[in-house]
Amino acid sequence: MARLLHWLKNPGVLSALPASLFLLVGFAGPLLMVLGYSFMPPKTFTLDSAPTLENFVSVITQSYYLSFLWSLILAAITVLLLFPICYPIAYGMAKLFGKWANLVTALIALPLLISENIRLFGWVLLLLKNGIIDGAMQSLFGLPLSGMLYTVSAILLGLVYVYLPFMLFPMVIGISMIPDTLKEAAFDLGATRWQVFREVELPLAMPGILIGSILTFILALGSLAESKILGGQVIVMIADDIESAFTFAQNWPKGSVLSVLLIALSGLIVYILFRRIDLDQIIGRR
Amino acid sequence: MSGTQSSKLTRTLIWLWTATVLLFLYMPMLAVVLASFSKQRYFRFPITRYTTEWYGKTLESLSVRDLLWTSLTVAALVTVFSVVLAFFGALAFARYDWKGRKLYQKLVLLPIFFPQAVLGLALLLWFSALGVITSWQTAVFAHMIWIVPIVILIMSIQAYSFDPALEEAAFDLGATRWQVLREVTLPILAPGIVSGAIFAFLLSWGNFPLSLFSTGADSTVPEWLYAKMVSGYTPMVPTLGSLTMSAAALLLLIVYLAWLASSVRRKRHSAPADS
Repeated sequence: MARLLHWLKNPGVLSALPASLFLLVGFAGPLLMVLGYSFMPPKTFTLDSAPTLENFVSVITQSYYLSFLWSLILAAITVLLLFPICYPIAYGMAKLFGKWANLVTALIALPLLISENIRLFGWVLLLLKNGIIDGAMQSLFGLPLSGMLYTVSAILLGLVYVYLPFMLFPMVIGISMIPDTLKEAAFDLGATRWQVFREVELPLAMPGILIGSILTFILALGSLAESKILGGQVIVMIADDIESAFTFAQNWPKGSVLSVLLIALSGLIVYILFRRIDLDQIIGRR
Repeated sequence: MSGTQSSKLTRTLIWLWTATVLLFLYMPMLAVVLASFSKQRYFRFPITRYTTEWYGKTLESLSVRDLLWTSLTVAALVTVFSVVLAFFGALAFARYDWKGRKLYQKLVLLPIFFPQAVLGLALLLWFSALGVITSWQTAVFAHMIWIVPIVILIMSIQAYSFDPALEEAAFDLGATRWQVLREVTLPILAPGIVSGAIFAFLLSWGNFPLSLFSTGADSTVPEWLYAKMVSGYTPMVPTLGSLTMSAAALLLLIVYLAWLASSVRRKRHSAPADS
């Protein structure tokens, strides 16, 4: 008891308290409640029935694995596309751009402060039939280029577009952790450019690259706006299913089961990553 | 060094690639601005007739004023509350050493790694279970779940460079805890607080997935834009989009100019002492 009181008097504990309590009420609470609802009989709105696995069984036997699969595939392709897109820029920002790095950082961060909806709407205008790209192709070359909107590729474009900064910034931190002397030493010992990349740069930058990839993957896995705005009804991603279970179908337990499965999947990935990473080292660079 | 020739080429290629990606990032926003000046009821490219009439109509519309007012109130409240919570949260994250800190660092960042649409739905469930009727007030709460951790992260970057000796010196000179907080800790963390506040405001201003499920009968600008995009398109969509983008740009410009002015003033103050 005395030890607990002593611990509570530490200024670190005291200052951690407000935010922790807030997130306990606003984050842990709702998630526990979703977990609770996932064991309730279908279409109930209270938590007082006897727990059942009925919803888990019905979700697994129905075709929900399709939307899970689409989300997993699109999230994975997003990460795979963003790696080569971001690596050169991250390398430039960490090692080459010097005083211009701040400007590039600002220019890439600014769109994050504009609503995702507005930016995705811009893509609608670009990809639309008779939109900017189609219209320009028609009047310049007489070649119509319609049918780009409401496709899986359009969703993928939206995901790559929206989540680019989330991949890039952790990557910059990762690459700036590589000491230049190590690279020079490897070159002096006769390593090729490719060997230096694979055996010096990549392993040392890995914590940043991993954080960026996981962040992108998880955000893309649970994304809703991209498939709704750019995909129309072409495919259903898992967040769509969760939304319609909670809203149109008014089936909270089913929506909860789908959420729990998505959270468990994301949580597993974050757990595997976070176990290997020291945040002090990455953010504070100590 | 032998690699100089190729590294010059690499450098050029990296710059070119960066410029291309920046263009890619800004292209859709330019498209929205372009569309806001089109006279036609439905967007077609190339635009045949330009007009600014939709700006007038948008600004006169009472429902748009309501939307702007709701979004502004939510964003302002989120900013104030988040900055206060995150200020202490960041001190615990980066400044103090305490048992349990490593665990706290990881747990407190979890909401950032969480799909926002699912978080919004979980909160909807939570509110209705607690008997809270959703409105713009619950949206403030919902936004904060996601924004407080982000602001903690931003402020922590500043707090890591904090030298604890400064606080200790003030204590040794007889300052109270409150005086140390106000006259040492706050000024040192000020840049982090300002950038945290800007992020909090603009992220709340632009948020869609959390607002969608937590505003109830009220509506924010991003929600309205989405509803109109999906059904009932009006040229006010690109116009209101352009307006909110310009407002965000203006805010950032003002903050940047204020920062420039203050750093010039500081230089002028310190210059005589240096020479």
